[in-house]
Amino acid sequence: MAGIVSYGAYVPLFRLGPGTAGWTAPAEKAVASFDEDSITMAVAASIDCMNGMDRSTIDGLYCATTTSPYVEKQGATTVATASDLRRDILTADFTDSLRAGTNALRSALDAVAAGSAKRVMVTAADMRLSTPRSELEPILGDGAAALLIGDERVAVNVVGSYTLANEILDVWRSSGESVVGSWEDRFVVDAGYRSVLPEVISGLFNKYKVEAKDFAKVVYYAPDLRRHGEIARRFKLDDAQVQPPLFGTVGNTGAAFALMMLVAALEEAKPGEKILLANYGDGADAFILEVTEEINNIRNRRGIKGHVAAKKLLRDYQMYASWRGFVQVAAAARRPEMTMPSASALWRERDKNIRFYGVKCKNCGYQQYPPQRVCTKCHAKDNFEDVRFSDKKATLFTYSMDYLGPTGDPPLVVAVINFEGGGRAVTMMTDRDINELKIDLPLEMTFRKLFTARGVHNYYWKSMPVRM
Amino acid sequence: MQGIRDRVAVVGMGCTKFGEMWDKGGMDLIADSCFEAIEDAGIEPKDIQAGWYGTTGTGATGQMVARALKLEYIPITRVENACATGTDAFRNAAYAVAAGIYDIVLVSGAEKLKDTGFAGLGAGGGVGTFVEAPSPPPVQFALAATRYAHHYGLSYEELKTALARIAVKNHHNGTLNSRAHFQREITMEQALNAPMIAWPLGLFDCCGVSDGGAAAILTTPEIAKKLKDDFVLIKGLGLTCGGMQGQLQDWYDFVHFEEDVTAAKIAYDEAGIKNPRKEIDLAVVHDCFTITELIIMEDLEFSPRGKAPDDEAAGTFTLEGELPVNTDGGLKCFGHPIGASGLRMLYEIYKQLQGKADQRQIKKADIGLTHNLGGLPGSFTCAIAILGKRD
Repeated sequence: MAGIVSYGAYVPLFRLGPGTAGWTAPAEKAVASFDEDSITMAVAASIDCMNGMDRSTIDGLYCATTTSPYVEKQGATTVATASDLRRDILTADFTDSLRAGTNALRSALDAVAAGSAKRVMVTAADMRLSTPRSELEPILGDGAAALLIGDERVAVNVVGSYTLANEILDVWRSSGESVVGSWEDRFVVDAGYRSVLPEVISGLFNKYKVEAKDFAKVVYYAPDLRRHGEIARRFKLDDAQVQPPLFGTVGNTGAAFALMMLVAALEEAKPGEKILLANYGDGADAFILEVTEEINNIRNRRGIKGHVAAKKLLRDYQMYASWRGFVQVAAAARRPEMTMPSASALWRERDKNIRFYGVKCKNCGYQQYPPQRVCTKCHAKDNFEDVRFSDKKATLFTYSMDYLGPTGDPPLVVAVINFEGGGRAVTMMTDRDINELKIDLPLEMTFRKLFTARGVHNYYWKSMPVRM
Repeated sequence: MQGIRDRVAVVGMGCTKFGEMWDKGGMDLIADSCFEAIEDAGIEPKDIQAGWYGTTGTGATGQMVARALKLEYIPITRVENACATGTDAFRNAAYAVAAGIYDIVLVSGAEKLKDTGFAGLGAGGGVGTFVEAPSPPPVQFALAATRYAHHYGLSYEELKTALARIAVKNHHNGTLNSRAHFQREITMEQALNAPMIAWPLGLFDCCGVSDGGAAAILTTPEIAKKLKDDFVLIKGLGLTCGGMQGQLQDWYDFVHFEEDVTAAKIAYDEAGIKNPRKEIDLAVVHDCFTITELIIMEDLEFSPRGKAPDDEAAGTFTLEGELPVNTDGGLKCFGHPIGASGLRMLYEIYKQLQGKADQRQIKKADIGLTHNLGGLPGSFTCAIAILGKRD
């Protein structure tokens, strides 16, 4: 039976919350840094999900988001390449709906059940924007989840599902617009969420002859905390049955929200337990899940719990506002504009830049980044094998801090790092507290967006202090 | 190998004022410096048989010099080797004279940097994927400063103090030089409390970004004797290029620059120098940043490893010291129009050896060294020239 083989998640390091100057809401929310987007967060969740697994066993990657950086150009190929998956796989984007995450999950389950793929990675990531200072702003957060779907060593069987399509204009964002729009709250809730989510849950109960008390955990999307509580009361769920939503810690992460809550539920789940998963957006999806003994073999993930615990509060709202382009912040020094990268050069260097491949000399064994034609140590020519550096640990050899350079989080830390097992790189460091920097600091690599120039998003790997 | 020692003479040199030369274009900087050198040599432009033009970005091709001076259909080669460009142009010209191909040649170096509209050298432009860590020079050289302090167990304050002494010294020398970009004394407190540019380097740890031009006329010693009495001889020339070793090799230490060490060995061997600290009377070196001068003192064997801060504290490298360094203010205060810098350094040595360095004149000046370093820690071009008085 097709089901979940592994799970992973990603929550950005930074929070807006009490203590952030200029932030008036009582609750915290997670915000993607200036160099993150839905692609980079999906990569982080996917890599968390694959921890300890053979990446070559994966036959597809479905990328769900409503905030793809490109309108035309697939996100899934970038996520799959940065995740260092094979090239002979099916990649697809699931977009334009808050339900995209469970749409992708359902399609992956169907592909595995049909036998067209053995293992499919599903990523869901979002960083939706609301109008600054709107009611929605404290609620929306940024994050990602990843589920690996397969039919062997299944940790969570998917024993049933039920789906509704529902045509309604409740929340929307047109092409070219940056913030989410919505109709009057009364209508949106009455005719939309409060009507359709119960309908899909009841439909699932009827179809499979189950009831609410059969489930150890009920995991479901809600636009906000109040609506989440209404559903629990409607189905008379015990407090223990309700998977706590991430409002107040992460926020509503859109297409990733339900799957992130599911990952949080799986982190605590015990073999034999049944879980109900329900998601909403242009209709609704519901699933019956059953946890197996295999769950105990996939515990070593950062997941939601690890990422929520490791956080840093943003100093002021102004910085967030500049990251999202609400305000223009003058650079400390006048510098030339970033030039659009060359598409042919990006293509030629895709393994180096996106897979973060270096090489290992077959003659002397020294591994080096970036790839070379002649070994820097023994001078053997064209005698290398590819080595993935993206998941190698490293240590800080030396560093400097550019107080004038273009970065959303000054100063820009430039770090010379030495990789475990050999090799060195000169990197940009992100998600760091400059007071914690010291030589020999343990580091890891993280996939980030360097800049956008003339509509081209330029991705690469940065170093960062080990997150936890 | 025969080597270059005593086979090529410098008979004329010129150098513009360096600085923010808003009223001078690249052609003006070439013309002003070249005509000064031609006049100093006592020759006519028509006597020049070949030219070398060093620039990193002020015009392309050797035609720039022909256009500025109206030289009529002679061979001129454009040279680019980062911050070592001027010295490398000089080196190639010297080799052509030594080879007997030409009798009299011109070397011109010029850079018009201040038309860009931003401070510093900037970064970017060109074609590529632009994924490399931004490489403004302060950020890259600061990597060596951080590691130097760690390697030798210096506290942050000790590092900053050692670096500040270099800035204060070079600023003092700059006040004695009417052609320098900056001609103002600074105090240790000013240097230590300056705004941060690229931690741990502050404002006064960084050299000026300037417009300027410099030039030289080279010939054979035989012809030089007919032109003037106080010509200067080339004693040794060293040039080495790194191949990213320091950025690829996890054993590279960031507290010495191998390109310096290897280029110095070539030049010292050629000039017959066994004990640089004793035998060299003055040096003008590539103090693009104070940390660079500190490390160069050790790479050139002026100071033992890890001991340059002690020599700076002892005043070894001041005008009155045992081995004056950057007598003209250095890149720090004379300024750094890249293609001209190597020739500007040679200009100072030339004047000192002739006893014409005015208020900066040191007592004994028989052998002088210039040193350029272009690129980034981990992959440099280093050029060294040693000049000596004629016999």
